[in-house]
Amino acid sequence: MAAEALVELENVCFARGSHPVLAGVDMRIPRGAIVALMGASGGGKTTMLNLMAGTLRPQSGQIRIAGQNLQKFSGDAMYALRRQMGMLFQHSALFTDLTAFENVAFPLRRHFRLPENVLRKLVMMKLEAVGLRGAAGLFPAELSGGMGRRIALARAVIMDPMLIFYDEPFTGLDPISVGIIASLIKRLNTALGATSVLVSHDVEETFSIADYGFILAGGKIIAEGTPAELRNSDSALARQFLGGQPDGPVPFHYPARQDYAAALRDSHAAGEVI
Amino acid sequence: MAMLEFIPQLGRRTLQSIPGLGAASRFLLTSLLSVFNRHFSFQQLFRQIYGFGVRSLILMVVAAFFTGMVLGFQGYYALVRFGATSALGTLVALSLLRELGPVLTALLFAGRAGSALTAEISSMKATEQLSAMEMMAVNPLAWVVAPRLWAGIISVPILCAIFDLVGIFGGYLISVPVLGVDGGTFWAQMQSNVTFSGDILTGLFKALCFGVVVTWIAAWKGYTARPTAEGVGNATTLSVVTASLTVLGLDFILTALLFS
Ligand SMILES: Nc1ncnc2c1ncn2[C@@H]1O[C@H](COP(=O)(O)OP(=O)(O)OP(=O)(O)O)[C@@H](O)[C@H]1O
Ligand SMILES: [Mg+2]
Repeated sequence: MAAEALVELENVCFARGSHPVLAGVDMRIPRGAIVALMGASGGGKTTMLNLMAGTLRPQSGQIRIAGQNLQKFSGDAMYALRRQMGMLFQHSALFTDLTAFENVAFPLRRHFRLPENVLRKLVMMKLEAVGLRGAAGLFPAELSGGMGRRIALARAVIMDPMLIFYDEPFTGLDPISVGIIASLIKRLNTALGATSVLVSHDVEETFSIADYGFILAGGKIIAEGTPAELRNSDSALARQFLGGQPDGPVPFHYPARQDYAAALRDSHAAGEVI
Repeated sequence: MAMLEFIPQLGRRTLQSIPGLGAASRFLLTSLLSVFNRHFSFQQLFRQIYGFGVRSLILMVVAAFFTGMVLGFQGYYALVRFGATSALGTLVALSLLRELGPVLTALLFAGRAGSALTAEISSMKATEQLSAMEMMAVNPLAWVVAPRLWAGIISVPILCAIFDLVGIFGGYLISVPVLGVDGGTFWAQMQSNVTFSGDILTGLFKALCFGVVVTWIAAWKGYTARPTAEGVGNATTLSVVTASLTVLGLDFILTALLFS
């Protein structure tokens, strides 16, 4: 990891109410890389993307983009920075009152005054890349879940961003589309000279395109390295996660106040049915 | 005992709502000022005004027509006892221009357009559309909220003027052809007793204030709704209830200030 870092997180802490989500995350994302971010469901991956995009602010710690502290950015500077970022939202977040075409065209229309035929060409190119040129006229309600994800993907990259966040780009896609979208993410990263952060549970597909990976557990980065290094990691946590074993240091359950067996015993003693 | 608990609770509630009011005021000001933002679009503004007009116009015309006709009937039965039916035109016009026009327009607008506005903004929030916009470097206050706020502020006085005209016409139809009041007297009395600045302009000024309040409440309730299906429903109901009560309360204050 000799390359210059584009995004750096230093001891970032973030809590939702009394529930700590991130407890001191350190991370360095090298410029030009595709970086995978993996971790248990509810572990704070989406939260981390939002922190890097500046839509959430950390309670402590520092996030730097190209060496500049994100907390010091004014509203206008933040907007200027976001024009160079793209985000594929976990739940697509398409504009329901616009067609697929207009959804993808939205950032272009807002930021540039392009002649209609140029705009059309740019949008159609991206729609073709995700295989949905034929669906340009459909509204989000008329798209399947997987089609919606691909339209959202086209919208995330329409401005040719230099930093792209993909929040679970493969969910809801069939095996053929997964392969195509993975290679599209790889190609975009090379063609744009961009840096990508990829959140995914699909270990195989992600490791086939990622240059580097981080595993998040318990609010901290517990393992990092190239895919090969991660696979051979001696961390029990990392091995459990990548191997998909239910038993191990990573808990499957969201912390509850009381152990389930104890809760059952207590309620039984009290004569309740749960 | 209940009263003794009620008073500190009222005080606590009021104190709790003050920071919220501050945030809501900042929301209103930033949104209104974002006409100068590069993402504010006049095309969006006109589309919203058109949308509000299409949604509410027929409702307003029908409501105004019936209100005017009822005013004609009731005014006639009140005045005929004193042999003063010549004042019927004045009565109808003043009731509409000063009071019923602005208030009923605002109440109908809150129920029809305000509720739709809250539902629209809150469901955009619930489906992360506002966050997506933010992420695409487009300020949702400028692109979504500001055109709707301005459209409401512009539409309500226009709708109120239409309400007044249609209402007066309804009153005329009952008074003159049906109840047999002299048409010339009806209009002449109205003309000599209604003043432009004292009655017409102050009525429209009231409508303007109501327009600000109703769209402000609708947009704020939508913007701060909990991002769930239930949150959207609650926000929509609350928007209509709050806006209606605020209009009635504000009407009392404005009437006391403007016409005293
Ligand atoms: N808007 C919110 N309000 C309150 N708590 C939240 C909110 N969003 C997320 N959380 C909490 O923050 C924690 C991290 O959520 P996050 O969405 O970042 O997880 P994730 O790693 O992306 O999970 P997944 O893989 O399931 O998408 C969760 O425990 C969740 O309960
Ligand atoms: Mg997530």
